Amino acid sequence: MGVQAEPRTAVMVRITDTGESYKCHTDESLLTGMHRMGKRGIPVGCRGGGCSVCKVQVVAGAYSQIRAMSREYVSEEDLAHGRVLACCVAPRGEIELAVIGKLNKAVTR
Amino acid sequence: MAVTGVLRPGHAQIRVLNLEEDVKFYRDVFGLVEQGRDAQGRVYFKAWDERDHNSVILRQADTAGIDFFGFKVDSVATLNKLEGDLNAYGVKTERVPAGEMLATGERVRFEVPTGHVIELYAEKKDVGNGLGYSNPAPWNKQSETGFAPTRMDHALLGGGDLDGARDIFINVLGFYLTEEVVAEDGKTQIAVWLSCSNKTHDIAFVRCPENGKLHHVSYWIETWEKVLRAADLMSMNDVPVDIGPTRHGITRGATIYAFDRSGNRFETFSGGYISYPDMHVLTWPIQHLPEGLDYAQRKLHETFLTVFS
Repeated sequence: MGVQAEPRTAVMVRITDTGESYKCHTDESLLTGMHRMGKRGIPVGCRGGGCSVCKVQVVAGAYSQIRAMSREYVSEEDLAHGRVLACCVAPRGEIELAVIGKLNKAVTR
Repeated sequence: MAVTGVLRPGHAQIRVLNLEEDVKFYRDVFGLVEQGRDAQGRVYFKAWDERDHNSVILRQADTAGIDFFGFKVDSVATLNKLEGDLNAYGVKTERVPAGEMLATGERVRFEVPTGHVIELYAEKKDVGNGLGYSNPAPWNKQSETGFAPTRMDHALLGGGDLDGARDIFINVLGFYLTEEVVAEDGKTQIAVWLSCSNKTHDIAFVRCPENGKLHHVSYWIETWEKVLRAADLMSMNDVPVDIGPTRHGITRGATIYAFDRSGNRFETFSGGYISYPDMHVLTWPIQHLPEGLDYAQRKLHETFLTVFS
């Protein structure tokens, strides 16, 4: 949409569970970057910080929070330990993460 | 008179993580009409064609989800009677004084076994839809703004003891079961659709591991064409879409599931059939959930049973 005023910076994100890597811009969330390119690995849920299925453990790399996350799913302790919702944080450099969010169901088929 | 007792869903109070961002979303993208703010900072909305003062209330919080879902009943006498009936059934109730919510009378509040707070009330100020009560025009500018639903239509709530919640609605509040999704054992209900009117559902419940969860609040769109217009507006405004546009097998409604700015799922919904209490329940064995949910694509959307706020 429209002309970018400045070139955007893209960094590599690696999902340790699957070994999959994808390019993510530093002005978009880790989840948006994955989803936009049709990549898989982190479950995609509400994309608004409300549901927790995209919860990840950042293993290495710096990130910044770009949206509020539900306190129900991300505690102060989680924040201190890099456990965040992938839809609410953007990478500041290369990132390595593990998926901890689950698509839990009451009834499995 | 046909529709008596509990008349319809009247209000939903939704928690949002960034109030001003969601106010902008519900007002400018959704096209709900902002009705005011109260001393607690809650923001009130109604759909353009609703006549009562409010139906959607946003509250700033650090978690997403639903605070309570309320139904309008036909009179104060019915309100008092239903409170007595609930108590006799073993459901504790409390009264929330008139005026605690803007333009709203006294409410009877109780919790159902799925952990949701449900309210009944008889009085809410009639502010009209702006078209007047004599020789009214069919629509106005507001009906063309945003998704422009005509009303807040129903909610789907998630929790563990679906049976307990269902029983209160059927045995005490006069609802009837229209459709169900049933597990492989042929008995256990995974989801139920309940009506207090001629609609296919006024409330629905889905079994999920955590109590008090919001699956979605649904808004009535007049036509399938306008559901597709809502899809355009969602894309134009970067709204995260979950499922659709498609048609549900269950209820036969045309639908889009999408999320507000705080991750609360909503639905823009149109159509379905007219339901009556004497009609046979429609059953969807769990293996047919894919078409029950998305008749066009017959696709299992995993998020349906897993993503809640």
